Amino acid sequence: MDLETLLSFKWSIMTPEFIILGVITLLSLLDLFMAKSVNRKLLGWLGLAGILGALISLLSLMGNGPETILYDTFRLDSFAIAFKLLLLIGAALVFLIAISYEPKEGLNEYRGEFYYLFLAALLGAMMMSSSGDLITLFIGLELLSISSYILAGIRKKHSGSNESAMKYVVNGGISTSITIFGMSYVYGLTGTTNLLDMARHVITLADSQHIYLLGLAFFMIFVGLSFKVATAPFHMWAPDVYQGAPTPVTAFLSVVSKTAGFILIVRILMVIFYNIPTEGLGSMPLLIKVQDYIAFLAAATMIIGNVVALRQKNIKRLFAYSSIAQAGYLLVVVASMSAFLFDTLWFYLGAYLFMNLGAFAIIQLITQKTGSEDIAEFAGLYRKAPILAIAMAVFILSLAGIPGTAGFIGKLNIFMGALVVEPAHYVLVSIMIATTVVSYFYYFGVMVQMFFRPAANDEVKFKLPAGLGVVIGVCVFATILFGVAPNIALDFLQGNFNQFSDFFQ
Amino acid sequence: MNFAYLSILVFSPLLGIIALLFVPKAKESVIKTVGFLATLPALVLSLMAYFQYRSGSSLERLDEMVNWIQFGNPNRLGELFSIKYELGVDGFSLIMLVLTAILSTLAAIASMYIKKEWKGYFMLFLLLEVGMLGVFAAENLILFFIFFEITLIPTFFLIGKWGYFEKEKAAFSFLIYNGLGSAVLLIVIMVLFARTGTSNIEALTSILAADSSSLVLSEGGKMGLLIAMLIAFGVKLPIFPLHSWMVRVHVQASPSVVMLHAGILLKIGAYGIIRFGMGIFPEQFQDLAVLIAVLGVVNLLYGAFLALVQTDFKMVLAYSSISHMGIVLIGLGALNEAGIQGAIFQVVSHGLIAALLFFLVGVFYERLQTSNIPNLGGLAKGMPITAGFLLAGAMASLGMPGMSGFVSEFMAFLGLFREMPVLAAVGALGIILTAVYLLRAVLGITYGKAHREFAGITDLRKAEWVPALVLLGIIVLIGVYPSVLTEPLTSTLETIMLGIGG
Repeated sequence: MDLETLLSFKWSIMTPEFIILGVITLLSLLDLFMAKSVNRKLLGWLGLAGILGALISLLSLMGNGPETILYDTFRLDSFAIAFKLLLLIGAALVFLIAISYEPKEGLNEYRGEFYYLFLAALLGAMMMSSSGDLITLFIGLELLSISSYILAGIRKKHSGSNESAMKYVVNGGISTSITIFGMSYVYGLTGTTNLLDMARHVITLADSQHIYLLGLAFFMIFVGLSFKVATAPFHMWAPDVYQGAPTPVTAFLSVVSKTAGFILIVRILMVIFYNIPTEGLGSMPLLIKVQDYIAFLAAATMIIGNVVALRQKNIKRLFAYSSIAQAGYLLVVVASMSAFLFDTLWFYLGAYLFMNLGAFAIIQLITQKTGSEDIAEFAGLYRKAPILAIAMAVFILSLAGIPGTAGFIGKLNIFMGALVVEPAHYVLVSIMIATTVVSYFYYFGVMVQMFFRPAANDEVKFKLPAGLGVVIGVCVFATILFGVAPNIALDFLQGNFNQFSDFFQ
Repeated sequence: MNFAYLSILVFSPLLGIIALLFVPKAKESVIKTVGFLATLPALVLSLMAYFQYRSGSSLERLDEMVNWIQFGNPNRLGELFSIKYELGVDGFSLIMLVLTAILSTLAAIASMYIKKEWKGYFMLFLLLEVGMLGVFAAENLILFFIFFEITLIPTFFLIGKWGYFEKEKAAFSFLIYNGLGSAVLLIVIMVLFARTGTSNIEALTSILAADSSSLVLSEGGKMGLLIAMLIAFGVKLPIFPLHSWMVRVHVQASPSVVMLHAGILLKIGAYGIIRFGMGIFPEQFQDLAVLIAVLGVVNLLYGAFLALVQTDFKMVLAYSSISHMGIVLIGLGALNEAGIQGAIFQVVSHGLIAALLFFLVGVFYERLQTSNIPNLGGLAKGMPITAGFLLAGAMASLGMPGMSGFVSEFMAFLGLFREMPVLAAVGALGIILTAVYLLRAVLGITYGKAHREFAGITDLRKAEWVPALVLLGIIVLIGVYPSVLTEPLTSTLETIMLGIGG
């Protein structure tokens, strides 16, 4: 590639990624050359500024038609912009949580890398949402995963954190290899790694043996990717990792990393497997044929997540199972494959982002203050800090899907998508609603602690760090706003992304 | 009438919540006054609407509609899959609104017995009122469901925090039963919404009425939805065997909360069955009429038998509520004008009577710390006025002519005797049992040997006179002059009868 071609690319569509990359470089250099005495929190604020800058540049890119550079490996379509928006907002909130993170033994000299590893993971997720090629897709995934592995183990003197990183690496390695094995089948049959080329190629496939192989590939890719979103059958890592990892990392894994996982699933499933005819040209796509299996996994995930959560005593473990259950709800969206798929996924991921990050901000505050992660530490919170308790109640009600919150509207969207298709997914919807009721038990268990139980000691005074205060404020505001006036988000979606019609172009 | 009348009516208690935010939490009397005052705007507005309707003005002028949520692309789908914020009332829901407003105000007075954390209590109480008012004003299934769920959360806390000994167990039992009920209801609503693209009740009724060739929903599908709806509202009502949570709540929650719970929240079940079950699926409802009547008789007899053996007066009242809700089902099962009118009458009348009796429970529980019948014996000696009201309430409940209970029972059974005489005859046994258990309990409390000293125990205080007198007054008014209810109900009944082809 000579300089001329290099310059002929329209690099401007990559501005958000460049900003993040630049900030990563800057932060790592600063961390290296800055005097030991300088507080590394400064780097955190710089990183946050970088994310906000990327957010602004992303907003300015909105409304462009689909554009691709680097021989179609990087594409900026409305799907990419819409979901990158979620990634960046999520990352910004996670950063605010991370800046206020003060573990008992301190982060010491690792505080700097703590911040830029978050950015590296974010960059991976952003590349994933914009990639038009299996190679970039996979590299984005690895960048995200490897950064996350290190982040989970960043408390080097803390045995829980070490255990969590170890389990995460091993599980992650297995699932990634399964995914890549599945991808190799698709590559072998089509001879290209470009997603749209693959789609064009598979449409013409007629040999039933090939279709069979692609079916196999689908299962491997899907099962492998279920690791990233923490759904059955690859959910077992989540409780241990969530519990052991530093709370901001847990928040990152449960929100940003999960969003990235769904981006990946939708890209691969919708572009490749939606176009594979099962019996010759124009017949039913492979993806529709395997719909029931996705539905089965969604149901299993919802049941496992919600039922096992009932027995948890550790708040972070509880939220791990809760986030497994939430991933199950999101899989229902994928399984129902209605015309509302993108809208619903986007809205629910957005709602989930606010309610879950808000809850994690409060969890971090409480666990840090009391030094214990037991749910009983929430006892009497209403008496000690009423505003905090009410904020937590808003997040929990939203996670439980109670009207007036964004979570309810998201669930309404999901139900509608699953019922509007022909044939309607009555069983799946019933399971989802029934498990939601099961979830009331553990969500309201936390409420009972906060509002009904007396506190063990009334002495603890809460000093709310500014970062956490902003996160909690923003999240409460957004959770209620999108619950009462969801059209603000839905109109934005309809007005700016043109029905995601450029997804297949 | 003026702009956003119903919205102001429904959301007016929110003003109280906002005002309470600025009151220091130790100022007990200020908080109680603000909480009471905040229920008044809804009361005044609903009474105004009622009297204007009675003087001939149309209710349609109150309708409100604002675009709210649009799923999918509006250019492609148009009106489909949009949820509007629609409020409106007909005669039936107007009556329920008035009942809710009256009972809320009276329950706010009865909340003087609350001993702790008044601020949180009244905020939840007012939120509950918003939910209840909204339920009856919603013209749209999804909006109805939202208000329906809004009642769930405050009630959970009101039971779990301000109740008696086993309050948390009662609160969880309430949450899970009702959570399951609303889950089933949500499935029904979403299936209807996804299949028809609208959740407006009127639009749904006409779409399904025109769907004789089962294009929108198969016959089996409609029947399934109706049965699911009956289960959902059956939890709320409650229909035997879905009632165990409700007994717990009646016994464990504080009297002011039970006034609203027995008076309004249970009635949402009946309201839902009449408005949506009968309204949207009239044909299928006819096929189930016998089953509903049988369930009604079972409820009536089961509740009455169990009420007969209770020693705790609160338990007697709890089972009596189950028994009385059986009469609602009996009236609905009859499927003729007298029956349905009787059912609606029973909804209103039992709301008032249950509120009165539970208020009186609160009155003597506050003074004597017991609701056990043997321990209360001889109450008439110490608290003659309270005992008098108690006797009057019991008389109304067992259906003494001249009081609201009589009118409703009479009409419901009149309806059923015309359609299913044998079943009605069996059910009539329940009426006799009602008299037996109520008299046994009330006579046990008021007369008999006094088990305790009543020295130093005051009878009804000034503030306590208000709820007792108002409730008894309305009960007698309906009993003597039933057209305060029949007239507003005329058009609603006509619509229902038209639907079921009566």
